[in-house]
Amino acid sequence: MTTTTTAATAPTVVPDFDADTGRKLAIICSKGTLDMAYPGLVLANAALGEGVETHLFFTFWGFDIITRSRMGALKFTPLGNTATHLPQGLGGLPGMTALATHQLRRQIADIGVPEVPEFLAQIVASGGHLWACRMSADLMHLTEDDLYEEVEGIISATDFIEKTDGAQLLFI
Amino acid sequence: MTVTTIAGRDVHVDAEGFLTEYDEWDDELATRLAGQIGIDLTDAHRRIIAALREDYRQHGETATLRRVTTLTGVPTRELFALFPKKPAKKMAYVAGLPKPRGCV
Repeated sequence: MTTTTTAATAPTVVPDFDADTGRKLAIICSKGTLDMAYPGLVLANAALGEGVETHLFFTFWGFDIITRSRMGALKFTPLGNTATHLPQGLGGLPGMTALATHQLRRQIADIGVPEVPEFLAQIVASGGHLWACRMSADLMHLTEDDLYEEVEGIISATDFIEKTDGAQLLFI
Repeated sequence: MTVTTIAGRDVHVDAEGFLTEYDEWDDELATRLAGQIGIDLTDAHRRIIAALREDYRQHGETATLRRVTTLTGVPTRELFALFPKKPAKKMAYVAGLPKPRGCV
């Protein structure tokens, strides 16, 4: 904080926006449903806006978030999700997942939050790093060609742990 | 709420130093505020600040980074280049507005 003093008024407080805290954040995205994709993306975006070095690791079902053929079509289902407060039997009816997905997608758009591919682009433009899990790629027989082009690489869990040395970690 | 002196005049600020009175701001003050956080204001900065202030006047809320991009067409990367590290907060500070409240 820098302060200058004048006679009549309080010292001028200047926010210290540029203090280098060396803070790093690692976010492991392991779920591929629409509702579980957003928390990681929102938090990554927030961290980047605060100048925090941010790395996202997409693994298992989270791979859908960066798989080109699927990233724009993540789904949401009320089935098994009591937080929707709908009768659970309803969730299993044909068409319910499509309906719930449509509804959630619209609600997300209504509050000005971008769709997943655009959100990833914003995260990368803000300086975020996207990494794909080697084991998941092998398991699903996917290569870099199948992934969103801004993914920096397919790396092992060990590589990710190395890259995020000293980082705070979120598992979603 | 505190009264402090910036650019030779008394202005109201919050505990962090953000201006709290919309009408106490002008271009000269913006230049001084920007200078205090290490930014040399250019026309590119000023266009964004003007958009931010206009949006606040209309909606009563400080635009988030994403909204600034939508409003001005200035890409995210460029916003980070103009207002490094914490662009949303820096823009709000220079524009004499509260910190943005929105998440995205």
